Amino acid sequence: MSEALQRTPLHALHLELGARMVPFANYEMPLQYADGLKAEHLWTRAHAGLFDVSHMGQLRVRGADLHATLERALPVDFAGWTTGKQKYSLLLNDRGGIDDDLMVTRLEGEVAIVVNAACKAQDLARLRALCPDLEFSVLDHALIALQGPRAKEVLAAAADLKFMQARSVNLVGTECCVTRSGYTGEDGFEISVPASHAVALARAWLAHPAVKPVGLGARDTLRLEAALPLYGQDLDADSSPREAGLAWAIARTRRAGSAQAGGFPGAAFIERFRKRLVGLLGEGPVPVRRGAQLLDAAGAIVGEVTSGTVSPTLGKPIMLAYVDAGVADHASLNAVVRQQPVPVRIVSLPFVPKRYQR
Amino acid sequence: MEVPENLQYAASHEWIADHGDGTVSVGITAVALDQLGELVYVELPEPGAQFKRGDACAVVESTKAASDVYAPLSGEVIAVNGALTDAPALVNTAPYSEGWLFKLKLANAEEVATLLTASAYRALAGMS
Repeated sequence: MSEALQRTPLHALHLELGARMVPFANYEMPLQYADGLKAEHLWTRAHAGLFDVSHMGQLRVRGADLHATLERALPVDFAGWTTGKQKYSLLLNDRGGIDDDLMVTRLEGEVAIVVNAACKAQDLARLRALCPDLEFSVLDHALIALQGPRAKEVLAAAADLKFMQARSVNLVGTECCVTRSGYTGEDGFEISVPASHAVALARAWLAHPAVKPVGLGARDTLRLEAALPLYGQDLDADSSPREAGLAWAIARTRRAGSAQAGGFPGAAFIERFRKRLVGLLGEGPVPVRRGAQLLDAAGAIVGEVTSGTVSPTLGKPIMLAYVDAGVADHASLNAVVRQQPVPVRIVSLPFVPKRYQR
Repeated sequence: MEVPENLQYAASHEWIADHGDGTVSVGITAVALDQLGELVYVELPEPGAQFKRGDACAVVESTKAASDVYAPLSGEVIAVNGALTDAPALVNTAPYSEGWLFKLKLANAEEVATLLTASAYRALAGMS
């Protein structure tokens, strides 16, 4: 950690809570706290976990002709998109590959976009180039996620929201933008809070018996159990939305065959389908990690693992992987681990059911 | 974190119990386990396998990552802890007893002099 890493408004609180800090996307972030990854993971599935995700980029977009202009940059359709509704979207490159995945929320008079930490500068430059007449700003708020079946009890003031809805909520004496969404597969919220009030808000929630702090380690295993792809691992600039299983993230009206089809970067290539992202379950106990090659029964290489761990919920190895487009559903394959074949099987996703409050 | 006085240590975070008859038991330290987290899988060498000091000879995996275990001394594997196949987390709960990994018959008893004492290992691990 010799380079000057950035710190979130909750940095000192993490240290006080006994976090093990690691460099992540140019930030010093908590990997885990004293309880450790597995306990934090299981706590989130049973109660409520508090995550600092302030490293993510929070953009705000304003300007004349805001919606029509943004539709030139993103495969979205603002027609029928009500204020306070959040949607998942993609920033595509000219080859139809995924440059980033985004959470886009229509607010009163502006649009909020949450982008991946490592993509912040690149996304901002690209969005500004695609929409030179719009005004993009980076919000320096903290972003706190409260995730788990008891999150709604802790944030009762926002319990009226449904999954993928947003509204302003007054918390610890300040206006916060709350969305009912997250990255764990559980019901929960993400709260954009002014940096000045972030510690007070986190402390108030940590005082609740249902809430414990959860680090990036468990955030990764939670999202993998829910089969939520991670940018930079499962999604990248060479994978099309269809290949990544994200064709649904392109607004129906912007897909081929519709009157308003296309008109955004890479539109001609979104249906490209050379490979597909699948879930794999290990038949035995051997964990299979990112980078492991996948072989078919004849020993031919048919894919590669992009994320892999042992599911704390299931106690079994789980993976996301790209396989050749022709590989059948439920196919049995071998992953190569330390030069040895390890039997794995393509399964339906997610590995652990999502429990969103729809 | 416990670093028992009656054991010897390697800088790569293995502990060694010298049985005084040319054989040793080997495990991994509480310091290493604190970094790794709860183990979900342990891959042990085959009995009869020969290793030189410093060779990767086993793998321990937590939810987070896989880590190699190195032979702290040269020798032949004469026993492995089969209980870890079904209960890898035994290494976390009892790292210096039931969580042992393997036993070696030493090829060169003089190598024992290269091992660290508990206090030297504590210093190396940044524990005072």
